[in-house]
Amino acid sequence: MKVDIILCGVGGQGILSIATVIGEASTEAGLYLKQAEVHGMSQRGGDVQSNLRLSTDPIWSDLIPLGETDLIISMEPMEALRYLPYLSKQGTIVTSSKPFINIPNYPDEAELMAELDSMPSVVKLDIESVAKDSGNARGANMVLLGMAAPYLEILSVEQLRKAISVIFARKGEAVVEANLKAFDCGVAASKS
Amino acid sequence: MEKKLLLGDEAIALGAIHAGLSGVYAYPGTPSTEITEFIQTNPLAKERGIHSHWSTNEKTAMEAALGMSYAGKRALVCMKHVGMNVCADAFINSAITGVNGGLIVLAADDPSMHSSQNEQDSRFYGKFAMIPIFEPSNQQEAYDMMGKAFALSEELKEPVLMRIVTRLAHSRAAVEVKEPKEENAFSPATDNAHWVLLPGNAKRNYNDLISKQTAMEQDSEGSEYNKKEFGKAGNLGIIACGIGYNYVHEAVGDSMNVLKVSQYPLPAAAIKELAAKSEALLVVEDGQPVVEDGVRALLGSGYTVKGRLTGDLPRTGELTPDSVGKALGKESSATYGTAKNLAGRPPQLCQGCGHRDVYGALREIIDEYPDARVFGDIGCYTLGALPPFKALASCVDMGASITMAKGAADAGLRPAIAVIGDSTFTHSGMTGLLDAINEHSSITVIISDNLTTGMTGGQDSAGTNKYEAICLGLGMDPAHLHVVTPLPKNIPAIAQLLREEIAYEGVSVIIPRRECIQTAARHARERRLKS
Repeated sequence: MKVDIILCGVGGQGILSIATVIGEASTEAGLYLKQAEVHGMSQRGGDVQSNLRLSTDPIWSDLIPLGETDLIISMEPMEALRYLPYLSKQGTIVTSSKPFINIPNYPDEAELMAELDSMPSVVKLDIESVAKDSGNARGANMVLLGMAAPYLEILSVEQLRKAISVIFARKGEAVVEANLKAFDCGVAASKS
Repeated sequence: MEKKLLLGDEAIALGAIHAGLSGVYAYPGTPSTEITEFIQTNPLAKERGIHSHWSTNEKTAMEAALGMSYAGKRALVCMKHVGMNVCADAFINSAITGVNGGLIVLAADDPSMHSSQNEQDSRFYGKFAMIPIFEPSNQQEAYDMMGKAFALSEELKEPVLMRIVTRLAHSRAAVEVKEPKEENAFSPATDNAHWVLLPGNAKRNYNDLISKQTAMEQDSEGSEYNKKEFGKAGNLGIIACGIGYNYVHEAVGDSMNVLKVSQYPLPAAAIKELAAKSEALLVVEDGQPVVEDGVRALLGSGYTVKGRLTGDLPRTGELTPDSVGKALGKESSATYGTAKNLAGRPPQLCQGCGHRDVYGALREIIDEYPDARVFGDIGCYTLGALPPFKALASCVDMGASITMAKGAADAGLRPAIAVIGDSTFTHSGMTGLLDAINEHSSITVIISDNLTTGMTGGQDSAGTNKYEAICLGLGMDPAHLHVVTPLPKNIPAIAQLLREEIAYEGVSVIIPRRECIQTAARHARERRLKS
C-alpha cells in the first residue's frame, strides 16, 4: 500500500510542520517514506510545496509523477489548484477555503471556488476560523492535518495524534494540547 | 541498527561525523546550507569539538579545510555549485598538492535553478581536477559514501568531490546509521616538496596525479556504488547516474538493463559490457550531459547514445520521474490539465524587512534620475528586481554589484549605484570596494546590513559590527560613509542622503542597518523560551 501526498501553501504558512508530524507517524509505524521539501528563496511569501510519499514497500523517486498523487493537502485554495496535473483521477483535495492574497493578479474568488468544487473529491474548510474557535489561532495547519486524516489511509488518527504529542513535546504540554485540539476539530469537520 | 529520518544534507553531515570528521568549512548556499547547520548542533560534534564555524567565503573555506587535512585530520568543505567557482583556484591546486588527512569537497548543484543563477554541473570540476567523484542516489548512500570517500581520499592522497543535487539535498528518508569512528590523530605533513607548488615540485606532483588515474578508474570499476543490473531482455541499455537511477526504477521497475553510476571516473569496462548487450544506450543524468559526452567518446560515433543532447531527455532543468518515464516509453497517468484560475506567486521581501525601506528610497531616486542604474547582488535583496520595486539593473555573482557599478562609472554612467548585503560584502565585495576607492570611482555603494546571512535562513555574517571599520580601513573618506536606519519613516531622509552622495564625484558608502525580521523574531522566541 502507498499514499502519495502533495503538501502546499504559501511560504510561512507552516506546511513543513504538517510534513514533520506525518513523517514522525510514518517512521513510528515502520513505513517507508520520502519527503522532498522546498528550502531557500521561494520560502519568502512565494508558493511552496512538499512531495510526501508513504509506502509499505521501498520507494524509488523522491518526486511524485504527474497524475499519481492521492492527496493534495493545501493551506490555500489557489495553491491546491496549482498541482492539479499531479492529482490522480481518484485523488482527493483537502484545502483551506480562505484565499491568501499577496499578489495583484489573484484570480476571481467565485470562479476559483467553482473550479475547486468541480473536482470529484474535495474537502474545504475555513481552517483559520476553526483554529481560532478552538482557542489556538496558530493551529490552522493542525486543523488541516485533522481534515486530511481520514484520507491518509495508511496511518490512523491515533498514530497522528501520538506524533503531534512527540513533535510538539519540547514546546510544552499546553502547546501539545492546543495542537491536539485543533487536529481533533479538523477530524470532526472532515467527517461531517 | 538505528534508523534516522534525515535530509540528504543531514545524511552527509552525520556520515561525515561518524567517519571521524574533525572540521567542516563552508559558506551558506542553497541547497548545501543544512550540512553545516546539522554539524553545528549535533551533540557528538559538540562533544568532540568539531570545527563548524561559518567561513567568509568558499575560497577561505576550501583553504582552511586543506590546512586541516595538512595537519592529518579529516576535513569537509561544503558549498553550492557556484561556490565551486569562488574556490576553484584552491580546489584545483589541492589535487596538485594532494592531501594528508582525508578531504571531501561537497558541491550541491541546483539543476532547474530553484535558488540559483545557473545550473552548472560540478562533475566538470571533478574531471578538471582529475579526482574521484561520488554522486549518491539516495540518503542512505549519501551517509555511507562519506566513510568510503574519506578512506579513498587517504588511500590516494587526493581530495574527493561529492556531488549532490537539490532533490537529494532537500529530501528526507530513513537512514541506517553506524557506530561513529574516532577522529584521525594529529600528524602534520612533513613532505614540504609536495606542498610547495613551485614549478619544479608542481611538475612532479602533476605527474603523480596522472599516474594515480589508473587506480581511480579501477576503484570506480569495482565500486559497490556502480552496480550492473544486467540480464534483462530489451535492446536499450540505461546508464543511470545519481538520483537518475531512482527515476528509471520508478518508471520501468526492474525490467531493463541498467548500469548505475555513482562513482567516477566512469567505469569504462562496465559501460562497454552494457553497450555490447544493447543496440543503443540512454544516459539518464541530472545536470549537464557530462556522462553522455564521455560515453559517446568511449564508444565512438558508430554507436547510438541517447540523452539530453539528442532530445530524448530535456536539455535543461532537473530530471523528473515524468521526463525519464517519457524517455523510457512509459505512459503518463496525468488526468487533469493546468487549472484555469491560477496565478504565479513569486517570492517577495518579507513585510517589515529593512531592505524594503532601502528600495523605497531607491525607487524615488530612480524616478528622479532616469539615467541611474542600480547594480544588484546575491541575497534576499535581489528580490528588489521584482514588482513593486523593479529597482535592479543587474544581478550576476557574489560581489559584482560594486565592481560592475565601478566599470559602468568608468565608462561614464551616472549615477552608478551598487546594492549589496552585509554577508555578500565580506564574501566578495571588499576587494572591489578597494579598487573603487583606489581609483576614486564615482559610485554610491549601499551595504544593506541586516546583521545576518538572510536568504539561506539567518546564519552568522562574518563582518557583523565591523562594516564601518572595514570601509575606513580600505581607505574610505569618513565624510562619505554613513549609517542609517531603514524604517518607513526614514525613507525621505535616506533618499535625501542618496541625492547628496550621488552628487559627489567619488566613492560613497551608505550602510542601512536593521536586523532581519526573521532572525529578530527567532531571537525573541529564544529569549522567551529561556526566561
